[in-house]
Amino acid sequence: MPRISDPEARIVVRDVSKRFVLRHTHSFKETFVALIKRKKLSTSFDALHDIGITIGEGESVALLGFNGSGKSTLLKLISGVLRPDSGEVLTRGRVAGLIEVGAGFHPDLSGRENVYLNAAILGMTRKEVNERFDEIVEFSEIGEFIDTEVKHYSSGMFVRLAFAVAIHTTVDIMLVDEILSVGDEPFQKKCLDKIRELQQQGKTMVVVSHDLDTVADLCQRGILLRQGHVVFDGDSHEAVAMLRR
Amino acid sequence: MSAQSSTSDFAHPGESAGLVDVFRRRFLLSLLVRKEVQVRYRGSVLGWLWSYVKPTAQFIVFFFALGVFLRLNDQMDFYPIYLFSGLIVVNVFNEAFANGTKSIVDNGALIKKIFLPREMFPVASTIVAFVNFLPQLLVTVVVCLIVGWAPEPLQLLGLLMGMIIIVLLATGLGMLFGAINVSFRDSQNVVELIALIVTWASPVLYPWTTVRDNVPDWLLQVYLTNPVTVAVELFHSGLWFPTTDGSFPLPPDLMLRAALALGISIVVLLLGQLVFRRLEGRFAQDL
Repeated sequence: MPRISDPEARIVVRDVSKRFVLRHTHSFKETFVALIKRKKLSTSFDALHDIGITIGEGESVALLGFNGSGKSTLLKLISGVLRPDSGEVLTRGRVAGLIEVGAGFHPDLSGRENVYLNAAILGMTRKEVNERFDEIVEFSEIGEFIDTEVKHYSSGMFVRLAFAVAIHTTVDIMLVDEILSVGDEPFQKKCLDKIRELQQQGKTMVVVSHDLDTVADLCQRGILLRQGHVVFDGDSHEAVAMLRR
Repeated sequence: MSAQSSTSDFAHPGESAGLVDVFRRRFLLSLLVRKEVQVRYRGSVLGWLWSYVKPTAQFIVFFFALGVFLRLNDQMDFYPIYLFSGLIVVNVFNEAFANGTKSIVDNGALIKKIFLPREMFPVASTIVAFVNFLPQLLVTVVVCLIVGWAPEPLQLLGLLMGMIIIVLLATGLGMLFGAINVSFRDSQNVVELIALIVTWASPVLYPWTTVRDNVPDWLLQVYLTNPVTVAVELFHSGLWFPTTDGSFPLPPDLMLRAALALGISIVVLLLGQLVFRRLEGRFAQDL
């Protein structure tokens, strides 16, 4: 049972379930044909069952599990993109996701314009972006190409810029989904260093990655999900060992 | 009690105050509008001139078809001004409505990944349409000034009210149809159909008196209650009417009708917001 009275808590997930309904028919005709053939009109799929987790301030948690275990759904519930069907999710402070970086990038805009747009999407104010702009560009190593349209960027440049924006957002809770595979090795190392720096500043982090060793080193706590259930919650290395077993 | 006090600074992610939050995040809104404006005609030689080519072509076609061939030019003073001042109203409405309806699906990639007040997108669509409309209004005003425009304060107030009616109505309908469009893409087609009808269901191309002379009174009242019709007539009263000798009648009780239309637009906006909030929980999974 998560303790809501815990003053240090940043994220509380309480008895959360999420079910997806997949419709098989998309038009009157299809529905009609399916009814006549007595086919199912929809199937439902339980992505999460009664999840209860409390994540404290300054904690870094790795969400582990195979594809389809519900990790990304849980992350989306914490970010607010999805709403739980039952139970509740509570967060304290500003939340931002490094979820599939570059979602808000527009290819026809320059790097500079995209930095502003994406920082705003992630919740930064004009003043904050102005203050951080140089830092973001420096981190991304884009240099003079910052005024070039993003569609002319190499995929590496694109990802570096998107990541640089996201990681410079002022947040209390950072959600990280599959970004540790970003860029080349030196850049990956730089990203990890930056994430560690944020950890030291006391940011709360929830990380999803298939790079198990890296993520286990990065986080102290690991939560293992299997088919929408929490099957383990404890030391991250133990969780990884359990996943591999 | 203690448990409650400690949860007070907790928030449910994914909850927003709707339209209120959109204006709280003006910085993002302004950037989204700027993006739309910049991106729309990227790669075309004429660029934003296209948004003036279209109404100009429309105007020329209607001018010859209706003004010259159907002799509306002889029936009323400055028919071209009458035509254009109504046309720009209907165009801004149709553009805001159509783009607002498509805005949620068009921004699906973003909506699926990052939480932000999603009302942002229909609102941005309306603002973009309005930005596009202002120079057209300016052109009309300049032409009016050339032929001797002397509006009264009440007529100018009417002009402002007309704009407010259109903005509220188009945003409300954009949210309503935009939210429905996520699950039922039919919505987009319905909106195209409405756009087609709107142009003819308001006195844009012909004077309202032809309706008065041809339909029973109750139908005329229905016709004159349509908020788009009211906005068009407010524009006629603010732009075209002060350039004429004043012999051509405007619909009676125009200001009263304007107040009613404003009320209807506010109700539509609230309804749009309500339906939007009901449906937005499913946006991320249905897109």
